[in-house]
Amino acid sequence: MIEKMFFAGSGGQGIILMGQMITYAAMYDNKAVTFLPSYGPEMRGGTANCTVVISDKPVSCPLVYEADVVVAMNLPSLTKFESLVKPGGKLFVNTSLIDQRPTRTDIQVIDVPANDLAAEMGNGRAANMIMLGAVAHSIGIVADAAFDKIMQKTFSGKKAALLDLNRAAFHAVKVN
Amino acid sequence: MAEKVLMKGNEAFAEAAMRGGCRFYFGYPITPQSEIPEYMSRELPKRGGVFVQAESELGAINMTYGAGAAGGSVFISSSSPGIALMQEGMSFLCSAEVPAVILNVSRCGPGIGGIQPGQADYFQATRGGGNGDYHMPVFAPCNMQEAVDIIYEAPALADKWRTPVMILADGMMGQMMEPVALPDPKPFVEPEEIPANKPWAITGYAKKPGGARAVVKSLRMQPEALEEHVERLFARYDAAKAELTRYECIGLEDAELVFVAYGTIARLTLEVIEMLAEQGIKAGLIRPISLWPFPYEAFDQIGKRTKVVVSAELSMGQLIEDVYRGVNGRLPVELIHRTGGIIPTSIEVAQKAKAILEGLK
Repeated sequence: MIEKMFFAGSGGQGIILMGQMITYAAMYDNKAVTFLPSYGPEMRGGTANCTVVISDKPVSCPLVYEADVVVAMNLPSLTKFESLVKPGGKLFVNTSLIDQRPTRTDIQVIDVPANDLAAEMGNGRAANMIMLGAVAHSIGIVADAAFDKIMQKTFSGKKAALLDLNRAAFHAVKVN
Repeated sequence: MAEKVLMKGNEAFAEAAMRGGCRFYFGYPITPQSEIPEYMSRELPKRGGVFVQAESELGAINMTYGAGAAGGSVFISSSSPGIALMQEGMSFLCSAEVPAVILNVSRCGPGIGGIQPGQADYFQATRGGGNGDYHMPVFAPCNMQEAVDIIYEAPALADKWRTPVMILADGMMGQMMEPVALPDPKPFVEPEEIPANKPWAITGYAKKPGGARAVVKSLRMQPEALEEHVERLFARYDAAKAELTRYECIGLEDAELVFVAYGTIARLTLEVIEMLAEQGIKAGLIRPISLWPFPYEAFDQIGKRTKVVVSAELSMGQLIEDVYRGVNGRLPVELIHRTGGIIPTSIEVAQKAKAILEGLK
């Protein structure tokens, strides 16, 4: 089993956090993992993306050229990275912020109105956890308990008040 | 073994150096390794160490010379153009036999170049970027655990062989996160322990056992004295080679094509080997872990079925010079490379490898 995932959006959407949390969870679940953020000269509000590889044997290459999963949290990400999905792979589209449709027909497109659902739950900033939950439940290779462990670590101390909200957000969408 | 933690490469490198006993860090920020001085500025003072943000790379390397000559265990880091600025100091450290651990989280050049990963510092690292006859051990790990283990071991190797030791990583390794088991911290050496541990260090005349005079210098005006000194350095290099030469060989026995690669591209090559196997092509890998001393003996393990040896590198053909020496005319040698901060896709490398094999028919 090897799952190559690519998360993309704009700075401030919590893209890096999504990638790191699924990486942590998979590590807690005894999988081999790598997390690689893009780095370069970026401005505030610029693009943010990261690559996550989860495998049951040591990860040889932490880069991704054909992704099993691509997550597009905004329109520029969809435009730029739709082609990265391998045939038969999954493309998660944040339909709250993306009004265009993907053009590919050889992939599975999963619509998640992440910002709208987060707003309904009372905190628009939880959109990334809604999307992360949708992705995690769809690929189903990392146990929920492992996610709960990293949730508790991430939302502790000053952020402890946000734990319940983010937990609920994580479980808000379950797709196959 | 400790429980694995997920760490960013740069932070894991810094942590490993501290745990290996490095008590002094002198740094100047440069992408893609600036998390190292940041981490050190936060962590080192807490543990009784010293962090100094130098005014430049020249300052950092010469602080290293001073603290190292006084017997301190020093770790410094920079990236390619910053390492180039330090080369004069490295030549001095090597001549004066002052130990230190130097990490290059390399980017691409030449000149100020760019900030994406590159391997065009191979010559700078292995051929002595500074003046004069000298070498220093250079290790090029390919994953986080290997990097942490080598950086942790490096201070002891530097002290044992009285030489700076370089670790050559790259921007991708510095920026990525991977689980790592951190080794137990070694205690820092206290100043009063230095005269006994490092009798050669400049710790003050009165503190020396037996009152011997310590001299740490690189200037030798008498040609005979300088020749004797350099010959002695090289005799030590010969003595150290067995302990320092490290490499990994994968699938050489029945390989048609053998890759030679280190660091990030070596990692990618493992995926290429799997891709080629799916297409019925057997490929192997020689992965030098020590770039100096270079593991020429690994090439003796290449099997009878091998038709070609391919140097895969993120430079215009630097590693390939040592590949030629290792192959020593026994087989054709080819190059697969990208530069400028571009890491080729494994698909691209596999296609180029197939084309090379086709070309031989």
